[in-house]
Amino acid sequence: MTTVPMEGGTVHDSAAPGPEASNAALRAYLRGLPGVDEVGARERASELAARSIKAEAKGTAIDLAIRMVDLTTLEGADSPGKVRAMSVKAARPDPADPSTPPVAAVCVYPDMVSVAVDALRGSGVGVASVATAFPSGRAPLEAKLADTGHAVAGGATEIDMVIDRGAFLGGDYRKVYEEIAAVREASGAAHLKVILETGELGTLDNVRRACWLAIHAGADFVKTSTGKVAPAATLPATLVMLQAVRDHHATTGARVGVKPAGGIRTTKDAIRYLVMVNEVAGTAWLAPALFRIGASSLLNDLLMQRARLASGTYPSPDHFTTD
Amino acid sequence: MAGKAGDTDWRHTLAEAGPRERPEGHDGTPGEHAVGDGARIAVRRTHKLYLGGAFPRSESGRSYPVTSAEGHHLANAAAASRKDARDAVVAARAAFDGWSGRTGHNRGQILYRAAEMMEGRRAQFVSEVVDADGVSGERAETLVSAAIDRWVYHAGWADKFTQVIGGTNQVLGSYLSLSSPEPTGVVGIVAPPKAPLLGLVSVVAPVIATGNTAVVVASERAPLPAVTLAEVLATSDLPGGVVNILTGRLGEIAPHLATHADVNALDLAGAGDLATGMEEDAAATLKRVVRPEADTDWTADPGLSRITPFLELKTVWHPIGG
Repeated sequence: MTTVPMEGGTVHDSAAPGPEASNAALRAYLRGLPGVDEVGARERASELAARSIKAEAKGTAIDLAIRMVDLTTLEGADSPGKVRAMSVKAARPDPADPSTPPVAAVCVYPDMVSVAVDALRGSGVGVASVATAFPSGRAPLEAKLADTGHAVAGGATEIDMVIDRGAFLGGDYRKVYEEIAAVREASGAAHLKVILETGELGTLDNVRRACWLAIHAGADFVKTSTGKVAPAATLPATLVMLQAVRDHHATTGARVGVKPAGGIRTTKDAIRYLVMVNEVAGTAWLAPALFRIGASSLLNDLLMQRARLASGTYPSPDHFTTD
Repeated sequence: MAGKAGDTDWRHTLAEAGPRERPEGHDGTPGEHAVGDGARIAVRRTHKLYLGGAFPRSESGRSYPVTSAEGHHLANAAAASRKDARDAVVAARAAFDGWSGRTGHNRGQILYRAAEMMEGRRAQFVSEVVDADGVSGERAETLVSAAIDRWVYHAGWADKFTQVIGGTNQVLGSYLSLSSPEPTGVVGIVAPPKAPLLGLVSVVAPVIATGNTAVVVASERAPLPAVTLAEVLATSDLPGGVVNILTGRLGEIAPHLATHADVNALDLAGAGDLATGMEEDAAATLKRVVRPEADTDWTADPGLSRITPFLELKTVWHPIGG
C-alpha cells in the first residue's frame, strides 16, 4: 500500500502563503484551492462507511479507538468531582478488565485543567483544554490569549482552540491566521488543535479552505467541531480534512493530525472513521498521535463491544459508569 | 412484459365502464373502474419483524417458508438473526421508562384497544388459525375469541395488580411498612409453538400489563398470527418498542436472549429442548425465569400466574409516632 488514492482534487503546495502574506494573498490562495465535489465526497464517505469490520479486526479497531478517545466533558455543570471521576475512568476505562488500554487524553475547560492534571499524574493520559472563548470564539484576542495562558499554566498538554468563524466567513482570513499563530505562540510546548466548526462553515469548500489556513498557521491538529453546534462531526467533512493533511504531508513531509468531535456515539461510528483514516490519509494516521476522537458517551459503547467480544454475550449498560 | 395483455384489458374496461357498473356503496374513486375484471395485480403481503414500532425485514435479509398444518406453503416469514434480537432488546430497553411510567389505567386502556383492533380483524385471525393448526372454522372462532378476551382480562388487571399483590405489612414496631410491586424490566418471551395466537397473547399480555417491555420470539412453526398481532399492536396506541416480535429459527435467536445481560427475565413457555440450557445461561445474570410446563391448557383461566413472576416487590419502612 504505497500508493494512496488521491481522490478529491489534490492540492499542490507550491503557492503556499508565508507568515507575512496579506489578506489579499491569503484570499487568492484559499479561493484558488480546487473545489470540493460535495456529492462525490458524500458518496465516497458512505461507500467507506459500508465496510464491514469483524471479529479480530474489530477487536483491534476497538482498542485503537479507545486509545484515540479524547474523553470530554464541556458543560456548565462540570464540577471538580466530575472531572476527577472522568479522569479515573480515562486512565482505567474498564476496572474489571486490566487489559483495556487508557484513552489518549481528557478534554476539559481551562479552569478544570489543574484538577485533571492532579488526577492523572503518572497515568500517561494527556490533559487537553479548550481555550479561546470556547465554543463561540467571540472575545477579544487578549481574552483568548489569557484563556490559553491559564490552561497552559495549569498543566494542559494540549490546547483545543476555536477559529473566529465570523472573520472567516466575512473573508478576513488574515485575522483568523494571526489568531491561530498568536495562540500557537501562547501554547508553548502544548499541542495545538484548531477547531474549524465545520457545521458553521456551510460548504465543504470552506472546510477545505479553513483546514489549509489552520495548517499553514501552525496547527498540530485540525478538529471538526466544538460539539455545541449541529451538525457536529460528519464523515464528508472529516474526509476533506484528511485529504488536506495527506496532501500537506505529500508536499512538505510534515504530518498534521485530525480530530472529529461531537456526535460519534457508537462503536460502529468510530470504526467508520478509522476505515476512512486508513483509506484516505494512510496507515501512518492510525495512531493517537495523529488521529483523535472527541467523545463522551462513545467510550461506554466501545467498552460494551469489547466486553461482548471477550465474553460472547451482550453486556448491560447498567454495568458501566455513566460519567 | 407479461402483463401487456392485462394492460390492454384494463384500458378497455376503463373506456367501457359506466357509472352503473360501480359497486354499490362505493364513492366512485377512479380506481373503482378496474374492480371485478380479474386483471388486477395481486397485492401480496410481506411478513416482517416488529421492532421498535417499525416493521423491518431481518437485518440478515433472510426468510423461511411457513407451511400450513397440512403441509401447504403459506408464505415466507422473516428469519430474524442474533443482531435483530440485540436490536429488539435495545428497543425494549428504550421503551421501558416511558411504558412503566404510565398509569396502570392508561396501560389498561391500550390493552383494551388491542382487543378492539383484534376484533376488527377477526376474520383474518380465524383463517390464519385454521391454516396454522388445521382446526375447524368453528374451533378457530373460539380460539380467536379467547385470545381477544385475554387482552380484556389483562387490561383489567393493569390498574388493580398493585392493590392485590402489594399492600401494608403488619410489623412489630412503630413503623408503617408498605410493599408495592414494580415491573421487572425487559422480558424475553419464547411463545408457545402449539397455540400460535391464544398462547402468544397469553404470554405477552400479562408481561406488558404491569409495565414490562417484551422481546417475543414467535412460534417457529406458525409465525403468521404473530405478524398479524404485531399489526394490531402497531395500531393500538402501544408505544413502539414495548412489544417486539421476532420470527425465525428458535435455536438461533432465543439463546442470545438468555445470555444478554440487559434482559431481566425470561418466559420459556415455548423453549422446549432449549429450556434447560437457557435457564443455565440466564443464571449468570440472575434473570427471573418462568419454566415451561408440559401441555399447558391455554384456554384455562390464567389468574395471576404470568403476572406475578415479572414483578419486583419494593418494600418501604416509614417511622410513625407512638
